[in-house]
Amino acid sequence: MPIRFLNYRDLIAGSFFSFLGLLTAIGALRLRMGTAMRMGPGYFPFVLGGALIALGLLIAFSSLRIPKKEKADQVEPMSLRPIVLVSIGILVFANIVQIAGLALATIALVTISGVAYRGFRWMELGALGVGLSIFAVGIFSFGLNLPIQVLPA
Amino acid sequence: MELLALLGQGFDAALTPLNLVYCFAGVTLGTLIGVLPGIGPVATIAMLLPVTYGLAPLSALTMLAGIYYGAQYGGSTSAILVNLPGEASSVVTCLDGYAMARQGKAGSALGIAALGSFFAGSVATLIIAVLAAPLAALALKFGPAEYFSLMLLGLVAAVVLASGSLIKATAMTIFGLLLGLVGTDVNSGVERFSFGIPELSDGFGFVVISMGLFGIAEIIHNLEKAQNRNIFSTAISRIWPSLDDFKASWKPVLRGSFLGSLLGVLPGGGALLSSFAAYTLEKKLSKDPDRFGKGAIEGVAAPESANNAGAQTSFIPLLTLGIPSNAVMALMVGAMMIHGIVPGPQVMQEQPVLFWGLIASMWIGNAMLVILNLPLVGIWVRLLKIPYRLLYPAILLFCCIGVYSVNQSTVEVAFAVAFGILGYIFIKLECEPTPLLLGFVLGPLMEENLRRAMLLARGDPTVFITRPLSLALLLAALALLVVLILPNARRTREEAFQEG
Repeated sequence: MPIRFLNYRDLIAGSFFSFLGLLTAIGALRLRMGTAMRMGPGYFPFVLGGALIALGLLIAFSSLRIPKKEKADQVEPMSLRPIVLVSIGILVFANIVQIAGLALATIALVTISGVAYRGFRWMELGALGVGLSIFAVGIFSFGLNLPIQVLPA
Repeated sequence: MELLALLGQGFDAALTPLNLVYCFAGVTLGTLIGVLPGIGPVATIAMLLPVTYGLAPLSALTMLAGIYYGAQYGGSTSAILVNLPGEASSVVTCLDGYAMARQGKAGSALGIAALGSFFAGSVATLIIAVLAAPLAALALKFGPAEYFSLMLLGLVAAVVLASGSLIKATAMTIFGLLLGLVGTDVNSGVERFSFGIPELSDGFGFVVISMGLFGIAEIIHNLEKAQNRNIFSTAISRIWPSLDDFKASWKPVLRGSFLGSLLGVLPGGGALLSSFAAYTLEKKLSKDPDRFGKGAIEGVAAPESANNAGAQTSFIPLLTLGIPSNAVMALMVGAMMIHGIVPGPQVMQEQPVLFWGLIASMWIGNAMLVILNLPLVGIWVRLLKIPYRLLYPAILLFCCIGVYSVNQSTVEVAFAVAFGILGYIFIKLECEPTPLLLGFVLGPLMEENLRRAMLLARGDPTVFITRPLSLALLLAALALLVVLILPNARRTREEAFQEG
């Protein structure tokens, strides 16, 4: 009977966990293990790493199944646009907030991440950016006294 | 009775104008985010944690707690009116609530949900007040072995009660434990898994992981699909339920309140499990189960009462034993530690005003919510009409400010982004993030207790079984696992999660 990968989700998940467990166990071996009575820093991570390897293999193997269906369960396709734009938006915010201040960083974040929405409109994004900027400065800097710069240094 | 005296002290503390303001702020904000799908109490509390640095401990906890149980109220509004659960625990309410709305009975549904929740909240507050002292006394007998076993029970329960694959949830828990171990080992002073990055010498920040995994990941996921919401446009005529509604609902409300209170205490429990269980119970007890799903008011009354009771009693393990029972409680642990309060049974003795003040504030918050929700439904409905494209940049902004404001660290924000992407991948792979967060909080604590237990027992691992309390806890964990592996239970569990 042919074995087909019925559940790619679980295969990927299982591999991920096993790999992670392996890295952990290897990393833990470099630390002092100690004894059961006096556990060193490496003991608990090593045990957990081992458990993770085992679980990961279990998950991966559970994805192999003698097929009853025609099609295999695929992982839902990932769209890159939201991930990339949201990530860049946040990273830009974090990097420029010290130099350019909260107000401008907010506008940058809103603009960049706003583009991720299918069917965005530039005018709307601009207005939203300015509006949220005022709102954020009002609440966080003046209202809550957070130690974040407001305007460019 | 000493209980009354203590409660009195609590109410005194909770009724100060300042704390009333924070309570109001918390429950209003909670209702707001409960109404809005896509943002929940976990993300919100995570965002507001850094903000509470400057507040007094009782004010901070009052507000944060208000967000949690307030969200349960808000979730029912969008569930009934738009068939979109604002909160996971309102999923069940969608079934009969929306059906009632389609029959023009939205007002009754909303009214019963609010009143039932208030009753349940009062019951839960009472239960907390009564159970707190005995539980704390019990906890004082706990040694490190018992704590370890209790945490293990908590993690097992979180895994068992998470939706989806058990093995994957366990793997997520272990991953969380490992993430918690990153940083400096307290016992030996050695840095573990920090790869020389200075920001990691204390481990990952709680806010970083919670914002990334829950806030950012959710937004990235939501951006993939278009958001279509059909708001129920007919005017809501009467918010007050009819006499018939009351007659049909009072028993479900009672049952829901007690069931919710019970299930909320279980580690891994809380609002979500309570609402599902209450709905299932009502359906089984009903003379005419076919009415469910078509507008049976019991299908709204019971889960709404249960989820509110469950939300409140889920504070019990935190306040008496110091163990968080779900993700929100894990955040509350963070909040308490920020204010220098070490959670555990000693909190009751050392900080009675804080303890009883918090309990009193929960009842006050519930009262505020009933008054808020019934007349203000119209405002919440208008809010539901805000398009997601305007909402999510705001949420992202709050996440960023939240993470950045903790340590003014760009690196931590980068970590949050990384966890956001990781969280998104986990959503795709159908791995639950909640067990990870619980594992993260409990990881260092478990290791600490394991070490101490083994040291005291001179390396003898049977100590966990020879000490009676520890044995009892481990057996409970085993029982949970066994009950789950039985095919019967597995089917019921899948059913319960599919109805949502």
